[in-house]
Amino acid sequence: MSTVIILADLLGSKLTKTTAELATVAARIGEVTVVLLAPTGQGLALAESLNYEAVTNLLVVETDSVATHGVAAAADILSQIVDLKKPVAVLIASHAFGKEVAGRLAVKTSSGVITDAVDVSSDLIATQLVFGGSTTVSSKISQGCAIITLRPNSITADLTQGKPSIELLSFEITAVSKKTVITSAQPPVRGGRPELTEADIVVSGGRGTNGDFAPVEAFADSLGAAVGASRAATDAGWYPHSHQVGQTGKTVSPQLYVACGISGAIQHRAGMQTSKAIIVINKDPEAPIFEIADFGVIGDLFDVLPKATQGVTALKS
Amino acid sequence: MKIAVCIKQVPDSWAEKKMVNGLLDRVNVDAVLNDLDEYAIEEALRVAEAHGGNDEGGANSITLISMGPDRASEAIRKALSMGANSAILISDLTLVGADALATSKVLASVIARESFDLIICGTESTDARMSVIPAMIAERLGCAQLTFASAVSVDPTSKKVSITRMSEAGVEEMSGELPAVVSVVEKINEPRYPSFKGIMAAKKKTIHSVDLATLGISIESAYSTVIDAIPRPPRAGGVRVTDDGNGGDLLVAFLAEKKLI
Ligand SMILES: Cc1cc2nc3c(=O)[nH]c(=O)nc-3n(C[C@H](O)[C@H](O)[C@H](O)COP(=O)(O)OP(=O)(O)OC[C@H]3O[C@@H](n4cnc5c(N)ncnc54)[C@H](O)[C@@H]3O)c2cc1C
Ligand SMILES: Nc1ncnc2c1ncn2[C@@H]1O[C@H](COP(=O)(O)O)[C@@H](O)[C@H]1O
Repeated sequence: MSTVIILADLLGSKLTKTTAELATVAARIGEVTVVLLAPTGQGLALAESLNYEAVTNLLVVETDSVATHGVAAAADILSQIVDLKKPVAVLIASHAFGKEVAGRLAVKTSSGVITDAVDVSSDLIATQLVFGGSTTVSSKISQGCAIITLRPNSITADLTQGKPSIELLSFEITAVSKKTVITSAQPPVRGGRPELTEADIVVSGGRGTNGDFAPVEAFADSLGAAVGASRAATDAGWYPHSHQVGQTGKTVSPQLYVACGISGAIQHRAGMQTSKAIIVINKDPEAPIFEIADFGVIGDLFDVLPKATQGVTALKS
Repeated sequence: MKIAVCIKQVPDSWAEKKMVNGLLDRVNVDAVLNDLDEYAIEEALRVAEAHGGNDEGGANSITLISMGPDRASEAIRKALSMGANSAILISDLTLVGADALATSKVLASVIARESFDLIICGTESTDARMSVIPAMIAERLGCAQLTFASAVSVDPTSKKVSITRMSEAGVEEMSGELPAVVSVVEKINEPRYPSFKGIMAAKKKTIHSVDLATLGISIESAYSTVIDAIPRPPRAGGVRVTDDGNGGDLLVAFLAEKKLI
């Protein structure tokens, strides 16, 4: 049976939900080997949370080179593993780091690369949603091993537990891979709320909040949702940049997206248009965001959100 | 310093985009300079200005590099009018439908030929939306990759470049030596508008056109192929209500009806 490699997705020193999604997709294609590039001393502890049935082998590489040299180091090690294991495909999470690793790996292994897939079939056909979700594209890698990045939250992960075998390996990286040096890192501040790209529900606020995100956060909390923001809100310093949704922020595709006081500029839509359901609250009936709303309330978010929060809380209790 | 800025002409983001025979229809839509690349040009100008400027015969030069159809010269003119010195346009019929492997190979080969010190890119082209080209160029050139920068500082004497990287992983400080590939996020600066003087000057600047034969490279057949591209049905017209005090309740009723809570 052919081997499929997935790169375990770490945020800070925590594994994300995306790792299980990658394993689920990879298991359709072949025997799954997870590559875990873990900081020295943390490999085995992290490996314990990767006991999925979908995974056959766990390849643990303890290294500090990724923390020190970033993308180039990860691509260097992965390419050595590709030479060793000869996989038919390598699946990686689709975000800045994952896409860049995929790009460099594609060059190193003379393979094609597809980014932002929302699904991959057993015969390695990748599905992408392009042009703001208006077109579905199916494509295939025609040379080398298929390097594909998968957009978080696009498929339902199979969390059934299993017992993968564990292999510990170590690798040297070349001098060229050490040319970038990371001198300090500040992981994003994580509140008690779910991670934006992993959440089932996202409630976002824009310029219409006028800097007061309290009603947005309260509604999000009643739903157990993540909080997002438009660029107008992050630029104004009302909410951290790590919560920006859009072309130059994060791409989210939750079950439900609630846009509050957001006009719906094309750059914002680029990051949320593939959400399953969209609810809009906006004072201006002409706001373009209404065009993509499944349910729109023309009204003031400071009136609508508190009532909706009360309603949800009442329903849940 | 010899600074290169990689810029791409893309279909206008507001234009309706269509796929024809598995390729994006670039002929029948308005084309513009990729807006994220304007930040790259602005940053190149600022780096040059901080270290003696980019006047003729001065300490620095800024060369635009673009791979695309001949028509891309429109976007290049705009970038020249912002203040870049000259441009190289790689246009070749065999590049129609080029994928990331081909694009990075072509751009890297032009950069290697001219031995640039600093290469600045945008973080994403609004049509391909891959955010991979800068990393792939760095890989091909074997130089430092300093991408997703929200701040850049260059010391030409010690040949050191430092950036602040902003991404899903938070904020990282990183550095490397020239030559280096940098990509910039849109938070980094506010791109200038071309001045009247800049627009007039741009008309006299040279756009060097090269094809693959001149570069001495060839492109292998595509590494990835589109099987089909199907328009998705537009979102079914949603429900819209005006808040008369009950908007919140109606919203909750919608959530319950759709089993979203
Ligand atoms: C290169 C580039 C990249 C960009 N990337 C992104 C990106 O990643 N993400 C992003 O979001 N934007 C991005 N933008 C910016 C984008 O173009 C818009 O400027 C931005 O999305 C607008 O944010 P907004 O909708 O919050 O503000 P506005 O457009 O000002 O809209 C505010 C809305 O709130 C409504 N409103 C006001 N008060 C209330 C109230 N009390 N109750 C209800 N509604 C109210 C108004 O009717 C209006 O529709 C980018 C722009 C550029 C040029
Ligand atoms: N055809 C091209 N010509 C010149 N530069 C390009 C081209 N394609 C991509 N780039 C550069 O690479 C960046 C990232 O593009 P992409 O990887 O396509 O999202 C862009 O912002 C440009 O700076």
